[in-house]
Amino acid sequence: MFGMPILLVIIVTSIQNNTFQLIKKNKTTLLICNRDTGNLSREFINVADKTEMFKIVQLPKDQDEKQLTARMHTNDEELLAVIIPADFSEKINAKAKLVAGKAMNAFGLDGDTVIANADKAGGITLYYQPVVQESFRQAVHGALFGALQLVESKQILRTLYFSVSENALPAKLENELLNNKSVVNEVPVSLDEARSLPNATQHNVPAWTIFAMFFVVVSLSGSIVREKLSGGFIRLKTLPTPYFISLLSKQIVYLAVTVLQAAVVFAIGVWLFPLIGLPALNLPADKAALFFVTLICGWCAVSYAACIGVFARTQEQANGFGAVSVVILAAIGGLMVPAFAMPDSFKTIMKLSPLHWCLEAYYGLFLEGGKMKDILANIVPLIAITIFFQAMTVLGLKAKKLI
Amino acid sequence: MMNTAAVHIENLSFSYPGQAAPVFSGFNLKINEGERFGLFGPNGSGKTTLISLMTGLLPFRTGSIKLLGKEIKNYDRSVNKLFGFIPQDLSYYGELSAAENVAFFGALSGLHRQEIKTAAKKLFDVLGLTEAKDTPVQKLSGGMMRRVNLAIGVINNPKILFLDEPTVGVDVQTGFGIINYLKELNRSGTTLIYTSHQLSEAESLCDKIALIDEGKIIAQGDTASLQEKHGEKNLEGLFLNLTGKAYRN
Repeated sequence: MFGMPILLVIIVTSIQNNTFQLIKKNKTTLLICNRDTGNLSREFINVADKTEMFKIVQLPKDQDEKQLTARMHTNDEELLAVIIPADFSEKINAKAKLVAGKAMNAFGLDGDTVIANADKAGGITLYYQPVVQESFRQAVHGALFGALQLVESKQILRTLYFSVSENALPAKLENELLNNKSVVNEVPVSLDEARSLPNATQHNVPAWTIFAMFFVVVSLSGSIVREKLSGGFIRLKTLPTPYFISLLSKQIVYLAVTVLQAAVVFAIGVWLFPLIGLPALNLPADKAALFFVTLICGWCAVSYAACIGVFARTQEQANGFGAVSVVILAAIGGLMVPAFAMPDSFKTIMKLSPLHWCLEAYYGLFLEGGKMKDILANIVPLIAITIFFQAMTVLGLKAKKLI
Repeated sequence: MMNTAAVHIENLSFSYPGQAAPVFSGFNLKINEGERFGLFGPNGSGKTTLISLMTGLLPFRTGSIKLLGKEIKNYDRSVNKLFGFIPQDLSYYGELSAAENVAFFGALSGLHRQEIKTAAKKLFDVLGLTEAKDTPVQKLSGGMMRRVNLAIGVINNPKILFLDEPTVGVDVQTGFGIINYLKELNRSGTTLIYTSHQLSEAESLCDKIALIDEGKIIAQGDTASLQEKHGEKNLEGLFLNLTGKAYRN
């Protein structure tokens, strides 16, 4: 009940944190086989190095594609490689001359617009291991494309300047013209205006805490089925206290367990995570809202468990259906793939998952810095789903003549 | 002898869903308060169904069953406070101790914590469970498990106690102890309604009996008088005389 959720949160947060670091801080090895003898390929490598995304390893220029891919297959750390063709500088130069010539003509000056090789596409070839995820590959592609564009723009500018002044572009001017000083500022739109950047911990701890809370289904539904099949149930049915009260007492105990689970996981996020090198969990300012959301999430989880327990015929059925359904509800609820990244058809189904509303409510508090009033729109559907589960439980008990 | 009806069944009809033949049709039975009443019959005669109907485990539509004047069909849970039930199957939570089981079922019977504590202490002493009261029941011997099963059923000091094979599978000493305890309980005012296939044990416990076969009472009355009337020396002889020697399903 406690060990597995803690382990789950620590492992998932560590892995996710490392993925974030991979793009932000950790450098990925990039093998470069530069077959070009011109300056522009060296300039390209220099610009790529300055992105701080890559640890560049240059290979001998005579290495062919087979040798390169063989090397990548034998070394798991070498996921990316680039081959710069022999005519790399030549093609960029040709293109720069063509663009400069056209620009001169546009200014009303003489410019050469018939340049050999200028119409042929230049560029580099990126090789990657299939294990590289799409999102990371896109980030690498973007960085390399940016480096290429910079090299190309520089060369066009140099050629144009030379065409006009017959002098080389001064380094200071080149620097001022090309080095982009503009920045993209990132501001998280939080309700409390704290402007603190969310990290892997803030994303993962609430999500996997909900997942762990809903895994109470396996224990509680199994317990209800075991009780139904045991002799003790016959006695329960003959007692003055209706069975529903006994079931309600069981739910209250399990609700306390789920709230305690959440408290333990949050405490670990706050105090243990910094000690093991993970970002600390920042608890929301509205602690009452945090407690309320946790309580409703727990109530929803135990209601779902009770519902399964009442309808399941065997313990195996309750355990199997309970566990698999929680994974499915977590997947469609946006715990595994972010809600915004889901296909449109799933965005409707997603609203049927109680885990989705739990996650939205927690994110409202943990990431957006919201208060109780800000998350009511998520709490109301969650309460409605919980009442539905309770009603189904009562109907199931009546249909089976258990109350 | 008291004449108030502990159980009064009138014109009861019952059949299981999906079965055309009724188990009971126009069935009547009266058991007076303070009696030690035995219900006997061959397999499939309807004894367990009758106990299930009397304890409210099976719902019925036609007829009436009153326990100490209260109709069981009215879904008034207060009637459940009047009786205790010792099912044939061991009915407790094996992972809990005897003390925990008694406390749990006692609370659901409407007893307060102190009442449970006092009653449990007395019961454990009488039934020889004091030393084992804190051991998980599943770790106890078969005889002790039966005694725990009995203790749970009587924790609320019921006015009527239904017993379905309370001594099945126990040794002679445990059987003897349980029967003695039941007699003591009866002396303190509890009506016993007992069913079993152990007829020698039944003979020593029951002062009144009813023999049921195919949902009908084929003989009812004082145990000794019935034996005398049918010229039999014991209950087993009477049973075979009235129900025959053929196998039953």
